Amino acid sequence: MPAPPVPVEQMDTTRLGYLSVRNVEKVYDPGGVNVHALEKCSLEIPAGDFIAVVGPSGCGKSTLLNILAGFDTLTRGEVFLDNELLAATDKSPTPGSDRVVVFQNGALFPWKTVLQNVVYGLVVQNRMSESEANERGMDLLARTGNLDRIAQAFPNQLSSGMQRRVEILRALINNPRILLLDEPFRAMDTVSKTTMHQHLLDIYDQYHKTVFFITHDLEEAIFLADTVVVMTTRPGTIKLRLEVDLPRPRNRDTITSQHFLELKQQAVTAVHEEAKKAFERGERELA
Amino acid sequence: MKSILLNKGIAARWRGPLSVIAFFGLWHLAVVTGLSGFAELPTPVQTLKTFVVEYAGDSVYWDSWVVSFQRVLIGFAIAQILGIPLGLVFGTSARFRNLFFPVFELLRPIPPLAWVPISILFWPTNESSIIFITFVGAFFVIVINVYDGVRNIKNEHMWLAQSLGASRMSIFKRIMLPSVIPSIAVGMTLGIAITWNVVIAAEMIASDSGLGRMTWEGYVSSTPEVVLIGMISIGLAGYLSSITVEWIERRMMPWVEHR
Amino acid sequence: MNPSSGTLKGRIRISSLAKGYQDKDGNPVKVIEDCSVEFEPGLLNVIMGQSGCGKSTLAYLLAGYLNADHGNIEIDGRPVTGTGADRIMVFQETALWPWMTVTDNVIFGPVVGSGVAKNEARRQADELLERFGLIDFRDKYPSQLSGGMKRRVEIAQALINSPDIMILDEPFRGLDVMTRELLQEYYLTLFEDTRLSTLFITSELEEALFLADRIYVMGPAPDNIGQVIDIDLPRPRTFDVTASQRYLELKQQAMVYLYAGTDDGGGGATGQ
Repeated sequence: MPAPPVPVEQMDTTRLGYLSVRNVEKVYDPGGVNVHALEKCSLEIPAGDFIAVVGPSGCGKSTLLNILAGFDTLTRGEVFLDNELLAATDKSPTPGSDRVVVFQNGALFPWKTVLQNVVYGLVVQNRMSESEANERGMDLLARTGNLDRIAQAFPNQLSSGMQRRVEILRALINNPRILLLDEPFRAMDTVSKTTMHQHLLDIYDQYHKTVFFITHDLEEAIFLADTVVVMTTRPGTIKLRLEVDLPRPRNRDTITSQHFLELKQQAVTAVHEEAKKAFERGERELA
Repeated sequence: MKSILLNKGIAARWRGPLSVIAFFGLWHLAVVTGLSGFAELPTPVQTLKTFVVEYAGDSVYWDSWVVSFQRVLIGFAIAQILGIPLGLVFGTSARFRNLFFPVFELLRPIPPLAWVPISILFWPTNESSIIFITFVGAFFVIVINVYDGVRNIKNEHMWLAQSLGASRMSIFKRIMLPSVIPSIAVGMTLGIAITWNVVIAAEMIASDSGLGRMTWEGYVSSTPEVVLIGMISIGLAGYLSSITVEWIERRMMPWVEHR
Repeated sequence: MNPSSGTLKGRIRISSLAKGYQDKDGNPVKVIEDCSVEFEPGLLNVIMGQSGCGKSTLAYLLAGYLNADHGNIEIDGRPVTGTGADRIMVFQETALWPWMTVTDNVIFGPVVGSGVAKNEARRQADELLERFGLIDFRDKYPSQLSGGMKRRVEIAQALINSPDIMILDEPFRGLDVMTRELLQEYYLTLFEDTRLSTLFITSELEEALFLADRIYVMGPAPDNIGQVIDIDLPRPRTFDVTASQRYLELKQQAMVYLYAGTDDGGGGATGQ
């Protein structure tokens, strides 16, 4: 299925999505006990790149995402998006529709239909009339895997995979500079997950937004991303940066290719090492 | 960051006492400004003065405490002693349940106070009928909770014990009983609250002693100070009972993380 | 506990097994029907299937918690007629008794079930807990442990009875991916040391591939057991095996079997 031409308003060249994370540090202080979540965390993500962040639980990758999204403060360092200061020590965090998060547990409004969910952002921001927004929403649904057929369904009538796709579209309709995905396919079985990967890649190939994707799953990360970043356990910092030069579009054959295997081999030990450290520390802390 | 958190902690600690002080302050204001309905009432200070001068050293007042507490404790204890086994039997024996549960369900919706006339006729003394009504208040809650607890025992918990070769008796003792302890605790928490409700009302209707009676007499003799002292005493008594029950529950369930 | 001494125990033969129940409206629902399969001893046999295919029911029948409507199950030639300490199950989520400490949970089988002296049972429990890195937690209650620790206590609780067969019903479900992988490694090492006949139920393909000698793909009734995939990855296995050519080939192969029967794999509107 060839991708239809991208509408003019989505080719806005000032909103490219070049992300620059510079020396970010985050210290939590619950009851006087310093928890070092992030340390000297630096990343440059070219506009339109797909970056996947892999690391054990509690390595601070969600903290990093929350800082990017404007949900959390940082202790040191800066974050820039297209050379515009997004987060710094003396700047209070502000979320924005130019960087929308898709959460792991899903956050569709159960009392709204798929279409109402998708256009929600446009309507509350008063960017356009409701009928215009609906038209835009239907158009987006139709162009993305013919989802217009479920426009009037309620979220609980959909499979979890379908819900996640709707959520991604809800983020996308705001024409964000960057999509932030926090383990969106976590609780899914292998088969549904594989299908979701294909859907996500279709969307990515079609719109080429910068994507910041958090996951536990190394294989998923390599399959989807241009760059895989492996984070260390707390205090989280970048342990390994893996450039994934697998050709796009990618499909199921990609996973069996020799090069995919080589990439996985390069990262698997690093990931496992950090997981083990995190696990052992978790047990020590409980004792 | 640190200072903000610290402030939060202090603020949280002060919020409780502050709300109590604010409550008495508003009460005082309402009386002083003659807000409609408050005209007949004394101020908190007047009430306190009456309490200190006339009640704090009066043995009749403290006897009211003792009497009410006794009624609550006896009724509550009997409700536990009879209610827990009945709940267990309802939960374990289908035959027993089929025979007696319908009667139980028929009696359960009757409010405890509706039992007052019949229990005065039935029981020889006023004291015993008040205790009986108190018992009724807690009994049904206990039974229902224990029964529910038995029904909600995890299959896996029973199965595992079976696989490991435990006898029926040890399954009952070591798996079933501990499983229902949390439900017993819920029954106790609800039960103690209901018992205080019931005992106060029953004292107003059918007794010549206790905190409920004292409050009622304050009304009859048009001394609002007494009414208020009675009410605050009842509030304190109920609160004390709740903390005690909570303390017992903690002892009963050392494995549960308490906040 | 004795590493493969003598002949291996725990051969499971299932023939024409059937089990159903009645739904709310009284209609019969067949969960397992015409199910015949044999599990060889000394292997880590994995049953894989989507939820609702009757995996757990099969495990409960084997453990003796349910009675079959038809057919029978034999273990080493003896028919299964009820529960027994020769096969212990580790349940989904956790079945540790919350009111007992870790030690009391572990020694329940020997002390209450088989009448072993408490001191002796304690000694055995300590040995196992030491091995699982849990010795410092022996006096804690389950609610004070992490998910990963609880699963290890449960495995110790089963192992202390020296069962012939371990039945694990999605034991690592609900844990995060990394903890899960580490526990898989734990169990794998344990299995490779003891060759304890294992029936491991899961809906996760990666878990199945990493652990299994054989994967039995299970589907809805009738004839629930479909494809059987031999997982010829070398043992002892470490996590690096997941980056091997053969692993990925087997994964692709298994995906083909699993794709059969699902249209677009959870992508469609289900209307559930």
